[in-house]
Amino acid sequence: MDASVRIGVPKESWPGETLVAMTPKTADQLIKLGYELVIEAGAGAAAKFADGAYETAGVRVAPAEEVWTSDVILKVNEPNLVEVARLSEGAVILARMGLGDQPELFQALNARRATGLSLDAIPRISRAQSMDSLSTMSNIAGYRGVIEAAESYGGMFSGQVTAAGKTQPATVFIIGAGVAGLAAIGAAGSLGAQVRAFDVRPEVAEQIESMGATFVSSSGGQQEVSSDGYARALTEDQAAQTARVYATESAKCDILITTALVRGQAPITITADMVANMKPGSVIVDLAASGGGNCELTVPGEKIVTDNGVTIIGYTDLTSRMPTHTSQLYGTNLVNVLKLLTPGKDGQLVFDMDDVIQRSIAVTRNGETLWPPPPVQVSAAPKPPPAAATTAAPTPEELAETEHRKQQRRYVLFGLAAVAVGAAVTFSPPSFLGFFTVFVLAVFVGFYVITNVTASLHTPLMAQTNAISGIILVGALLQLGSTNIVVVVLAFIAATVASINIFGGFGVAGRMIAMFRKDA
Amino acid sequence: MDTLYSLVQAAYIIAAVLFILSLAGLSHQRSAKAGNMTGKIGMVLALAATITLSLLQSDQNAGVTAGLIAAALLIGAVIGLRVARKVEMTHMPELIAILHSFVGLAAVLVGFNSYLTEESADSIHLVEVFLGVFIGAVTFTGSIIAYLKLSAKMKSSPLTLPGRNVLNLGALIVSAALLAWYLAAPSIWPLLIMTVIALVLGLHLVAAIGGGDMPVVVSMLNSYSGWAAAAAGFMLSNNLLIITGALVGSSGAILSYIMCKAMNRSFIAVILGGFGTEAATSTGDQDLGEYHETTVDQLAELLDESQSIVIAPGYGMAVAKAQNQVAELTEKLRHLGKDVRFAVHPVAGRLPGHMNVLLAEARVPYDIVLEMDEIQDELPQTDVVLVIGANDTVNPAAEEDPGSPIAGMPVLQVWKAKHVVVFKRSMATGYAGVQNPLFYKDNTRMLFGDARDQVEKVAHAVHAAGVLV
Repeated sequence: MDASVRIGVPKESWPGETLVAMTPKTADQLIKLGYELVIEAGAGAAAKFADGAYETAGVRVAPAEEVWTSDVILKVNEPNLVEVARLSEGAVILARMGLGDQPELFQALNARRATGLSLDAIPRISRAQSMDSLSTMSNIAGYRGVIEAAESYGGMFSGQVTAAGKTQPATVFIIGAGVAGLAAIGAAGSLGAQVRAFDVRPEVAEQIESMGATFVSSSGGQQEVSSDGYARALTEDQAAQTARVYATESAKCDILITTALVRGQAPITITADMVANMKPGSVIVDLAASGGGNCELTVPGEKIVTDNGVTIIGYTDLTSRMPTHTSQLYGTNLVNVLKLLTPGKDGQLVFDMDDVIQRSIAVTRNGETLWPPPPVQVSAAPKPPPAAATTAAPTPEELAETEHRKQQRRYVLFGLAAVAVGAAVTFSPPSFLGFFTVFVLAVFVGFYVITNVTASLHTPLMAQTNAISGIILVGALLQLGSTNIVVVVLAFIAATVASINIFGGFGVAGRMIAMFRKDA
Repeated sequence: MDTLYSLVQAAYIIAAVLFILSLAGLSHQRSAKAGNMTGKIGMVLALAATITLSLLQSDQNAGVTAGLIAAALLIGAVIGLRVARKVEMTHMPELIAILHSFVGLAAVLVGFNSYLTEESADSIHLVEVFLGVFIGAVTFTGSIIAYLKLSAKMKSSPLTLPGRNVLNLGALIVSAALLAWYLAAPSIWPLLIMTVIALVLGLHLVAAIGGGDMPVVVSMLNSYSGWAAAAAGFMLSNNLLIITGALVGSSGAILSYIMCKAMNRSFIAVILGGFGTEAATSTGDQDLGEYHETTVDQLAELLDESQSIVIAPGYGMAVAKAQNQVAELTEKLRHLGKDVRFAVHPVAGRLPGHMNVLLAEARVPYDIVLEMDEIQDELPQTDVVLVIGANDTVNPAAEEDPGSPIAGMPVLQVWKAKHVVVFKRSMATGYAGVQNPLFYKDNTRMLFGDARDQVEKVAHAVHAAGVLV
């Protein structure tokens, strides 16, 4: 590769595809990485990006033939065999190529000695989050799924209280709290629905609840904490338990959104019997339709209505129904991958097969098939608890023991203090007794009054107590009338500093208090 | 005369009640203004009664006494009000400290006068004088050192003399011996010697305490100044002084207790001082991995995409005087419809409630400034936490590393938020000398530079982004 590497973005060939792999915004970022860009005329039209907008961003609009001869091709969907044949020798192609083995495609790529990078294979590690196109697409699909459901559902999501009576909020049950599930929870919740969600992975309960949904638990239905962040297939026993949860929840809900995909395969979660028991007018959105569907009755790509009036939405193109934002987000995923591949920001691709991300997404390179990549342990897994902590931490009994001992010591100290004070008071003159009583009571009054002071006013409190402790001025004033000149001088100094305290303290406390204001 | 004396006592009781009500008024922002006014009325009442009494009891020409009283009050008023009007909120800790020293000084002088005017006193009175002078002297020099440290006129690192605890204990024992001498043969000498020892003790006590423990020290001196006033009340047989002193004394004691709890340290440990020296060595050169830097533009973009934003300010914000810029940023973000709140750790700053005052000064509404306990549970659902000039109060080592010097201290769990951006001058450690693993977390980004400049730039960038979208 010499001087300048050219990136080409062809128009997507799948029928009905509205997405495009580059938007004018991401083009700008790619140009900053040092690349020359060409885009097929009309490639962004369906996603509402006109050719002119690309030209403004610095992209050349060219016919398909020229685009396909570029050094690097950015695509959304995996290329078909005809497209692969159009690649120039040794080209690099970035696209979503699924998670399964595709010998025909890989052979075709190898025939062109092309480097195939699959965006679907981004490992789930923190560093790679910004490149994870699966997360991007799932997120959008989850959101759009709710919108489709809302369109087909005959009611409002949020409960209403109107002069003409009130309506109940819609109940939405969501199966699977992956990226799509969580996005669906968020979208449904913000429309005002009551959201319940279930996942076989117990560790996501917290995430579900943090999104404001109720976590539906099944005793025994959940599996252990997963080590790679993805859900696994269930054992027989677990399957029976979860099926029971699905049956009860589906019968109760108005909207059911199911998102269970295990490695691109969709297990059946909702049987025909369950659908038969659902309320007429309720809606099922099957986000796993691309993998065959979680619901037995799902027809991938179609919206159907069952005999008992349940709508089942099996659209597989949810992301393409919001092409502008989907293209922007997917385009950014591509930009981030290219940033990783362009360490010098000089428009030169540098491959490093020791890098775990690059190794994971590479399906073919230099005529060899690299799929499947070695497994990656991901950050979703919890760290084992440190062994040292368990030995160091005291047992509850020990804690109780020390607490008990502390308590005893406190009693002893309190008793001693009481005896000492008692003795002192007993042998002191009665006049002192009166003052001492006042003192003790004032300490306790002070304790209760100050405990109630709000923490945010502690600084004004200190200024205020400063001011009132200037009351020592009273003592100095009474001594000013003395005939002893030394006493008068000392008293005068004391009176002066004490009055600085009074005026300064009250003044500054007042100034600070005046600053505290509530939101207007 | 007797009726008048009773009238004065009645005025004192009313003043005492007004003082209690004035502190009670501070329990909420709504009633705080009234509380301040109540305190002023109480003070006016008490002073009017005292001046009347003083003039009537005057042994010298009442006109001279009146002149002296007027002069003292006038000087006090001029200096006090000037300072109150001029002082910057970032310098509040110093002002509070120096005001404590005045109470201490007054207590010492009043104590000496009390000894000089009443020669035929019983032993209880002698003990009262002795204690009053002792507490006053410790408060006086201790507060002066605190003032010097807080205003950076003196290094804030702890002075660690060898055997410093023995020195303090020795000072106490010698003072006790002097008390015995004083009771056996009342004369000015034991009182004077003790005063010198107490002054040195005050110096040494506070010199041994490091900068970050200052919230505790200032509260503690607040408490001492109260006890000094109470002791003066005992020696002058004045209930108003006793009540007021006790109020202030317990107020300071409670504040010290709150601060100690917030740092998970015992009061004794703070007083014995020297914190921060042994800490620096324990977890100094652990390899914590890499930290990631961010830029003003990236942060502005992040803020633009975020919905809930929490700002955790610390002493660094006060040092950089960035509170107005922070308030401006807050205003803009709120204008863009973001949920912006502040998380204030109890020991953030150098004075209890210091951050609240700074933010209030910059016109941040107090209802979005939350305490640690109020906001802790919501941090995991927060999109971005901006850490501005805080370090130890957001250090996960306090929870995760049992060997850390700050282990067990309750901290703001900012690392649970989706993103954390730390405004910091450099990678230097905080006051406690402890490395902060927060800076090395995957979701943390560092924005280096002067907090004031950087926050201002971010505020501008956010605004620009908002217009574009």
